[in-house]
Amino acid sequence: MAVVFKKNKELEAQIDEYLDLLIRGGLVFKQGVKLYLEERNEEFEDQLQELRRIEEKGDDLRRHIETNLYLKTLIPESRGDVLGLLESADKVLNMITENLLEFSVEIPEIPKDLHPVFLDLSKHAIDASDGMVKAIRAYFRDLAAVRDNINQVLFYRKETNKIAEKFKRFVFRQDLRLSHRIHMRYFAYHIEQIAEESEDVCDRLAIATIKRYI
Amino acid sequence: MIWFFLLSGLFLGWSLGANDAANIFGTAVGTRMVRFKVAALIASIFVILGAVISGAGTTETLGSLGAVNALAGSFTVALMAGITVAWMTRLNLPVSTSQAVVGAIIGWNIFTNSPTDLSVLFKIMGTWVFSPILAAVFAIILFLIFKRYLGSIRIHMLQLDAYTRLGLIVVGAFGAYSLGANNIANVMGVFVPASPFRDLSLFGTVGFSGTQQLFLLGSIAIAVGIYTYSYRVMTTVGNDIFKLTPILALIVVLSKSLVLFVFASKGLENILISLHLPTLPLVPVSSSQAIIGAIIGVGIVKGGKGINYQILGRIAFGWVVTPIIAGVFSFIALFFVQNVFEQEVVRKDQKDNISSIVKPVDVKDWTLDSEFLDIRDISQTNITNNKYMRKICPQ
Repeated sequence: MAVVFKKNKELEAQIDEYLDLLIRGGLVFKQGVKLYLEERNEEFEDQLQELRRIEEKGDDLRRHIETNLYLKTLIPESRGDVLGLLESADKVLNMITENLLEFSVEIPEIPKDLHPVFLDLSKHAIDASDGMVKAIRAYFRDLAAVRDNINQVLFYRKETNKIAEKFKRFVFRQDLRLSHRIHMRYFAYHIEQIAEESEDVCDRLAIATIKRYI
Repeated sequence: MIWFFLLSGLFLGWSLGANDAANIFGTAVGTRMVRFKVAALIASIFVILGAVISGAGTTETLGSLGAVNALAGSFTVALMAGITVAWMTRLNLPVSTSQAVVGAIIGWNIFTNSPTDLSVLFKIMGTWVFSPILAAVFAIILFLIFKRYLGSIRIHMLQLDAYTRLGLIVVGAFGAYSLGANNIANVMGVFVPASPFRDLSLFGTVGFSGTQQLFLLGSIAIAVGIYTYSYRVMTTVGNDIFKLTPILALIVVLSKSLVLFVFASKGLENILISLHLPTLPLVPVSSSQAIIGAIIGVGIVKGGKGINYQILGRIAFGWVVTPIIAGVFSFIALFFVQNVFEQEVVRKDQKDNISSIVKPVDVKDWTLDSEFLDIRDISQTNITNNKYMRKICPQ
């Protein structure tokens, strides 16, 4: 029995480590966007590489956790939900990484007067994903706190939508090439999707939480 | 020949092990929280311990209902109870071995013209109704305690999983002990008056009575049933009976085990007597019906939605039908065993004394000016079969 407790403790630490990676990914993304807008390209590329490493490590860790959950037949009644949550949370991290990569590949031109709005958009999108991570953590330890964290995610998702809309309205009223406007809209849309995806994870989490109440 | 006659009891024990182990470890094994090998080992050890250490109480009650005193009679009674259980299980009716055994004993009483102690019969029948209700009450209380406790602690899901596994094993062990203590009377109770075993003394200090040897044999048959057939029941029928989460399974199994325990524990009875509280009769009760009662209790406390109330009707139907069928089967089979196979189903020399052996001795009748205090009356009662004697002469 002591072996079971020890194995479970190890897996518990791995899940916490995985969730830490999601938080770190969000921080690196915010920093990366800031560096890009400040045209500190070398540092930006370093951040992108760091984010890629985090994403790869996250993938490995997630696979390891999933395999162990099945091999050791742990939490049989919640295993499906946990695997689903980890996989959908992983999609958020992938989305964050892809977004920063697109900056490196497509080099979008963002006018200086739009930088604060763009930074605000990134910050709120990452706030939503951070809230999602907190909600997932609470799902494992403190069911009563899940609801509060989900509400935060909903709030940040709405704020992200508002900022993205404001950004797009502003962009499409500028005297810029249509391709330029569409390109900026594309970036705003994809950053907005981070918050949308985080909300989808939380919807899933809300159901999983109801199932966990005895 | 003696061993042949014991076969029907061993068959009953085997079927009890095969079916009732699923009530204890069904969800734990079905959800792979506990490996079958571990579950079977624990269940077997604790069933044997429960039967040998605490099996006497319920057997006394069955004995006071009808002291089947010839091996062929015991064989027939146990066999017909077993056949009734098998037949009703085939008809998919909720069936209790306890009720089948009681019905078969009454069949023997009627066939041999032995009196049936109605007060004991009503006491036994009362527990059939009361045990699922008590299981439901226990389940409601435990559910509320668990909900409050689990809501207040911030334990990681994986740690909770480990504790749940541990809990399922501990509760399963308690459930197996209670099952052995409570239900061994169904398996071997009818053989006690005609037991072929003599009392032994282990290492010159530990007494090992003939009845305990009989119970050991019966509980080994239960263990064989657990090892050989219960896995199939756990992974098929067992899961259909109650699909629960591991924590709810813990609550339900604990409730059921408590019910079986309170209806089997002499220790608890002595404590209640010393506290001048009313005691519960020591009667073999149906573990399946106690489980169903506990599940309904959990259903009620969770809002009462999704409870299949038809199952209550089916249980009540089982209460009525099982003893009647077993009684009729027993009566007919005893006729054939006695008249066709020419076996002694009741010992003639003791038949005349049966009425005194099963004579109801109610504590309320025992007053200083009671006629019963006549020493000749006491001498005619079966002292080992009379729990009230301990009240009269506390040791």
